[in-house]
Amino acid sequence: MSISRTSPQPLAKLRTGIEGFDYLSHGGLPQYRTSLLLGGPGAGKTVFALQCLVNAARERRTPGIFVAFEESASQIIANGNTFDWGLTGLTSRQLFIMDAHLSPSLIKAGDFDLVGMLAMLAAKKQEIGAQWIVFDGIDVLLTLLQDPSAEMRELYRLRDWLVDNALTAIVTAKTQSSASETPHYGFLQFMVDCVVRLERHQEDRISVQTLQITKYRGSGFASAEFPVSFGPSGIEVGATKAPDIGHKAPTQRLSAGFDRLDAMLGGGVFRGSSTLITGVPGTSKTTLAGKFIEAACQRGERSLFVSFDESAGQIMRNLSSVGIALKPHLKSGLLRMHSARTEGISAEEHLLRISALIRDHRTQCMVIDPLTAIAKGGALGAARTVANRLIYRVKDEEITLMVTALSETDGPGGEATDLQISTVADTWIHLSYLVRGGERNRALTIVKSRGTSHSNQVRELILSDAGPSLSDVYTAGGEVLMGTLRWEKEAEVKALQLRHRAESDHRRRELQFAEANTTAQIKALQLDLERQRAALALHSGEDTIHTASSNLRERELRKRRGADPSRTSARKLTNGVTK
Amino acid sequence: MSPRKGKATPAQYSTVVVLRLYVVGGAPNSIQAIANLEAICAEYLVDGHRLEVVDVLDNPRRAMAEGVLVTPSLAKLSPLPAAQVVGNLSDKKRVLLALGLKPHGK
Repeated sequence: MSISRTSPQPLAKLRTGIEGFDYLSHGGLPQYRTSLLLGGPGAGKTVFALQCLVNAARERRTPGIFVAFEESASQIIANGNTFDWGLTGLTSRQLFIMDAHLSPSLIKAGDFDLVGMLAMLAAKKQEIGAQWIVFDGIDVLLTLLQDPSAEMRELYRLRDWLVDNALTAIVTAKTQSSASETPHYGFLQFMVDCVVRLERHQEDRISVQTLQITKYRGSGFASAEFPVSFGPSGIEVGATKAPDIGHKAPTQRLSAGFDRLDAMLGGGVFRGSSTLITGVPGTSKTTLAGKFIEAACQRGERSLFVSFDESAGQIMRNLSSVGIALKPHLKSGLLRMHSARTEGISAEEHLLRISALIRDHRTQCMVIDPLTAIAKGGALGAARTVANRLIYRVKDEEITLMVTALSETDGPGGEATDLQISTVADTWIHLSYLVRGGERNRALTIVKSRGTSHSNQVRELILSDAGPSLSDVYTAGGEVLMGTLRWEKEAEVKALQLRHRAESDHRRRELQFAEANTTAQIKALQLDLERQRAALALHSGEDTIHTASSNLRERELRKRRGADPSRTSARKLTNGVTK
Repeated sequence: MSPRKGKATPAQYSTVVVLRLYVVGGAPNSIQAIANLEAICAEYLVDGHRLEVVDVLDNPRRAMAEGVLVTPSLAKLSPLPAAQVVGNLSDKKRVLLALGLKPHGK
């Protein structure tokens, strides 16, 4: 600590051990201060408070006192035992539950105060060295006072006592609805350093629970309403890690199932990415997902296949008909199949079960088929957040995810799913039907694929015993040809090619012949030329000899006759050449 | 099951009434409660009563073990039925009712 300049002292906080809440509150509840939990009946106030104490006692060996105004100690323990906290295993020196449940036969005759209770609690605190204290259902006690000024007085007393005893406190109080709050809640909220609201409301037929921090003195916090669910380990706050998105971005590529699809995706999907497959019923979304899982298992990765309203056996049978064998991987334990019913189960519950499965199986690759099923139990809004949370959670754990979604309308125009997950998904593959020429053929398009150069072409998806494969489609006159039409077109093109080749062969041969012919002619002419040249040479040679000999003879004659030599000899020579 | 006393007769107990008052010494409500209770005892329990005053500050563990929550708090231990009254006992009518006594006059 410097003297010249005091650096800001961060508020000391105690972790609650509740997943999500410690993230929202940037570290937990304020130490040596009081926090208020407000909420309607059944919103999870008691569970939240008790869970804080249990976590503190178990994980940090800090004892706590739980003062129960609303329920008896045995009821609290019975309720707590529905979670996996091992509440009965905690001794009263680790967690002391004070039964402050006011009996209905209690008669009130005049004003009373909390001095005695606080004296008892102080003694208990000394005895077990408690650091946490919970006053659960303080409103019950306050109501008994029947006097606003007395309520205020006792709250002040409580606050001073908490400060004097250096306890980290949680006070819970019921609210009927946010509109009809009694005045002392206003004071309660002022008195404490942190206010957390737990709400429960109905959305469609499913009840949705939320948590919101509305006040945190001296600390930043995430102020949005966050969904809450109850799992085997108690309350879970649906805040995934830090509110900002901090996923790693692995560059490793994994096979999306088979080679041609990988090629279309520019080499496969990234590890830890999520792929959305949309399509109307029967476009073999499950088959693609199954192929992905099979490929994952063949690489030796731990895989999870979550299906809804369709049994694992049924899916495996159907997939084996197109050459996808999942059974051996199921047997080896590499693959876990989980099929869930959708009726009457809220999206939150699905999320919880799937999360537990992911943890248990240490999943690396995962399929949810179809994700849209989680919205079936009602509450579309909740299902949306659940879908998003699921995808984010899976991403956090670097699990490669492939989800299918049923789209009601054909064609990947805009948002294809009610859950609006296409924006969260990294890759979006759309499957559709093209009906033409009395056939219904499957077409595959990659609508988007983040971070990869992907094919923009429509391919035909062909299912065979050997599994799914992709084939180029023909576009003829602006129309996409598939199935038999494609086959016909292919055959037609092949025939055309053959004819072309034959024709060109023929033409080449003709040209070769013509060329050979011409060459031969040139050769003959050359021979001719040479012959003629030779003949010419011969001829002029004879001529010279002849001239020479005649010159010789003439000279001889002149010599003998004594005549003039030059003129006659020149004329005779000229005559010889021109001849 | 104990035989009910008092509904018909303007009941005064013929037996000794055992009372225990939990207080916090020096707290205004506690001082008032002691005074109020003594007055009631003098007026209604002339035949005999036993009153024990427990200071929670001195005996916090005992108080907790005996189920005391707030102070002041009065417990009627005998005769049955047992009764529990919280407050400074300024509401005499309610105290009498809780103790199974009928107020004098009107």
